[in-house]
Amino acid sequence: MASTGGDIEQTKSVEVKKKLNVLIVDDSALIRKLHEAIIEKLGGISQTAENGEEAVNIHRNGDASFDLILMDKQMPKMDGVSATKKLREMKVTSMIVGVTTLAADEEEYKAFMDAGLDHCFEKPLSKDKLEPLINKLMDA
Amino acid sequence: MDALVAQLQMQYRNYTVSLYQQGFLDERFTELRQLQDDKHPNFAAEMLSLSFDDSVKHIGNITRACKDQTGTVDFGLVDVSVHQLKCTSSSVGAKRVKDLCVTFKEYCEANNYEGCVRCLQQVDIEYNTLKTKLQDMFNLEKQIIQAGGKVPQVDGH
Repeated sequence: MASTGGDIEQTKSVEVKKKLNVLIVDDSALIRKLHEAIIEKLGGISQTAENGEEAVNIHRNGDASFDLILMDKQMPKMDGVSATKKLREMKVTSMIVGVTTLAADEEEYKAFMDAGLDHCFEKPLSKDKLEPLINKLMDA
Repeated sequence: MDALVAQLQMQYRNYTVSLYQQGFLDERFTELRQLQDDKHPNFAAEMLSLSFDDSVKHIGNITRACKDQTGTVDFGLVDVSVHQLKCTSSSVGAKRVKDLCVTFKEYCEANNYEGCVRCLQQVDIEYNTLKTKLQDMFNLEKQIIQAGGKVPQVDGH
């Protein structure tokens, strides 16, 4: 019987560069569009949600698998703090990065971080700010 | 035709550089243009359009908050809308509007009603001025393309 070991070895050696999968959660269409474009430029793919409730619902059936979630803080229906807490309760292990206009307020920043964020940046994000993070995730 | 394209391109270059030099635009706008490509050829214009929609909303909220009929101004509410306007402006490189918002926030924090009203008037003027200037810039781009040329990349230097 002919061995298929060689074929398997060849398949293993073909490097498939995975595209980083990002969920962008923001109530501003402007910010969603900007962050989508930056992610695409950095080689990733993205999905968007307009508020925390949508972000949580996307994860409800257990199929969602994002490498990175960019989470706005101030949103209607469910804000970023509540959404982050809920996602962590649901055992979502994606890196969650808070993106807020209120980064200067220390107490609010701490509350957001304590909800389960991995990092928090001031919006709007730029390619320069996101690139090291994206590269780190792609290398992981 | 080539001479016309070259002339339009020079006009465009000079005009765009002047927008940076006069402080209307900053490097954020350059980044927006860099995100533009064949797949998204109108990205910068689309972003500006969204920004203008957001700005109108925020300026409207600030105006209503400052013209409270009871005579009491909720400076906290004004501050939130100013902050959102600052974020919107900053996202597209609208430097003058963004810088005005910084001053505006200081007046909000000091509960300075006259200062807030002055800033609101200035924000309205700056926003409308920027809109006109960007429209002129995009019109020049259209003329270059219609003349068969390519829009030069200009980064403000």
